[in-house]
Amino acid sequence: MSAVHAAPPRWRRGEGLRALLWLSPWIAGVSIFFVYPLLSTVYFSFHRYDMYTLEFIGLDNYRYLLKDARVGTSARNTLWLVLIMVPATVLFSLVLAQLVIRLKAGVGLLRTIFYLPSLVPMTAGTITFVFLLNPGTGPVNQVLAWFGAQGPDWFGDPAWSKPSLTMLSLWGCGQLMVIFMAALLDVPKHLYEAAAIDGAGPWRQFRSVTLPMIAPVLMFALVTNVIYALQYFSQAMVASRVASGETDSAGSSFSPGYPDESLLTLPQWLFHVGFRDYTMGYACVLALLLFGTSMIFTLILLRQFRRAEEVS
Amino acid sequence: MSATITAPPRTALARGARHDGARARRRRVLVWIATHALAIALALMFLAPVVFIGLTALMTDEQALTSALWPQSWNWGNFAEVFEKSLLLRWAGNTLMYAALGTVFTLVSSVPVAYALARFRFRGRRLAFLVVVTTMMLPPQVVAVPIYLVWARLGLTDSLWPLILPLLLGDAFSIFLLRQFLLTIPRDYTDAARVDGCSDVKTLLRVVLPMARPAIAAVALFQFFYCWNDYYGPLLYAGVEQEKLTLSLGLATFKAFHSVQWNLTMAATLLVTAPVIIVFFLAQKVFIEGVTLTGVKG
Repeated sequence: MSAVHAAPPRWRRGEGLRALLWLSPWIAGVSIFFVYPLLSTVYFSFHRYDMYTLEFIGLDNYRYLLKDARVGTSARNTLWLVLIMVPATVLFSLVLAQLVIRLKAGVGLLRTIFYLPSLVPMTAGTITFVFLLNPGTGPVNQVLAWFGAQGPDWFGDPAWSKPSLTMLSLWGCGQLMVIFMAALLDVPKHLYEAAAIDGAGPWRQFRSVTLPMIAPVLMFALVTNVIYALQYFSQAMVASRVASGETDSAGSSFSPGYPDESLLTLPQWLFHVGFRDYTMGYACVLALLLFGTSMIFTLILLRQFRRAEEVS
Repeated sequence: MSATITAPPRTALARGARHDGARARRRRVLVWIATHALAIALALMFLAPVVFIGLTALMTDEQALTSALWPQSWNWGNFAEVFEKSLLLRWAGNTLMYAALGTVFTLVSSVPVAYALARFRFRGRRLAFLVVVTTMMLPPQVVAVPIYLVWARLGLTDSLWPLILPLLLGDAFSIFLLRQFLLTIPRDYTDAARVDGCSDVKTLLRVVLPMARPAIAAVALFQFFYCWNDYYGPLLYAGVEQEKLTLSLGLATFKAFHSVQWNLTMAATLLVTAPVIIVFFLAQKVFIEGVTLTGVKG
C-alpha cells in the first residue's frame, strides 16, 4: 500500500478504511447471522437443550449420532440424490440446451416452455407432481394404462419416491438450461469449423471442443447442484406431507420422510429433531455434520471460481 | 458450398463434391426434422402437467376422484370456492409483504457491499469474497437453531420479521451476483468520476447504478421470487395460525384440509402459479439475462 516511488492518486488513499465503512453493515450481518450462530451451534452441541433448560452433557450428543439409525438413512438418501438426481438433472439440462440452440424455428417459444416450469412455486410444483403421479387416479398412470402398463405407486412406494422427485427436478431444470445455453453459445465457432475440417464428427466435436470449452460452467453446475442436494428439504417435505395425507399443519403427528423414511434427508431430520421434538442440542450436532459436508463442496466450488476468474 | 470461384475443380472431383453436397443437404434436413420433432415432443411433456392441472381444476368434486382426464362439465366456480374455503388472499398479502420488503431491504443493503467488493482495493478483499460465497453456499439449516432461539427470545417468532429483518444487513447471493456484474464495468468510468471530484457515494449513485440497472433488476426479481416461493423460512417462523401463513405454506396445508378435493387443490395451485407466470412474461428478458449472469464465465 505505502507508495515509495509514486504516490497513489489522492482518491485512492485510505481505501481500506473506506471499504471497511462500506462493508460494515454486511460485516455486522455475517457476525450476527453466521459467525455467532455457528459458534453457538458448537456450544449447544455439548448440551441437552429444549429451549428452557440447558444442561452440559459433554459428548453424549455426538455419541448418540453414531447410534441414530436415521442419520444413516438420511445419508443414504442424500447419496442417492447426489449420485443420481444431480447428474441426471445436469445432463438433461445440457442436452436440452444443446437441442434448443440447434433449433432454427420456434426457438423463443420452445425456450420459454422449457424455462417456465423452473419458475413455478416449489410447493405448487411438488403438489402438482404428487397429483400427476397419484397411483389410482393420476393422469400419468392413466396414460401408462392405455399402453397396458401398470404404473408404480410413485410417491407411495419407497423405491419410487426419489425417482418421482427427480422427475420434478428435471421438469424444473430451465434455469440450468439457460446457463448452459449461454456457455454453449460462447464457444467460438471457428473451433468447430477447424474440427470439422480435421474430420471430426458431431460426437467427436462435442468431446474435443464443446466439453473442454464449457468445463468450468459444467463443473460449477455440478458442484452447486451437489450443495443444493445437501440442502434438499422443501420438495421432500411437501411431497411427504401431501402424499401421506397428513392433516396436522403443526406436524406433531408428522412421520418424517414418508414413505418409509425414503424422503428423509439430513436437513429434514434436523428440522424434526430441532423444531418438532425441541432437542436443540442434538439438532446442533446434525447441523455441524451438514456444515462439514457442505464446506467440503463449497471449497471445491471456490477453486472453480478462482480458476474461472483467472481465465476471464 | 463446394464450388469455389478461383479454382474450378476437375470434373470427377466436382461430381463427387456435388454428390456429397446433396447427401449432406439431405442429412441436414433429416437432422432438422429430428431435432425439431424431439424438441416439440419434449415441450409437450413440459406442458402436460399444466394442462392436467387445468383440466382437473375444472372438474366436479366427484369426478376429480375418478381417473377421468377430461372434465364432464366446466366448473369455473371452483376458483371462487378456493377463495371461500381458504385464506388465499390473506396468504397472498403476507407473501407480498415478505417479498416486497425483502427485496427493498436486499437492494438497499447489498448494492453498497457489492460496490465496495468490486471497486475498492484493500487487504482482505479476497477473504471477504470467500466469506460471501461460503455464506451463500451454506445450508440455512446449519445455523437455524441458534438464530431461531434468538428470535424466540425477542418474541418475534410467529411472524415473518425474522426472515425480513436480516436482509437489511445484506444477502450473500445478491451481493455475489451484483459484484460479478460490477466487475465488468470498466474501472476507467469510476476512476474518471473520482478524478473529477465525485465522492464514493456520488460515484455509486451517478455512475455505477445507471450502468448496473440490468443487474439490479435481475437481483430484485430473483430476491422477490425467492421470498415469494420460500417454504423453509416461513415453515420455521410463520407459526401455525392459518391467517399468518404464506402462499407456499398455505398451499401445502390446503390439500390436507380438503384432502379428497383434488379439483380445488389444483385450482389453488393454478391460482398461486398464475401471478408468477404473468410476472415472467412481463420481465422475460431480465430473467434470462439474470440467469446467465449467475453462471460463471469460462
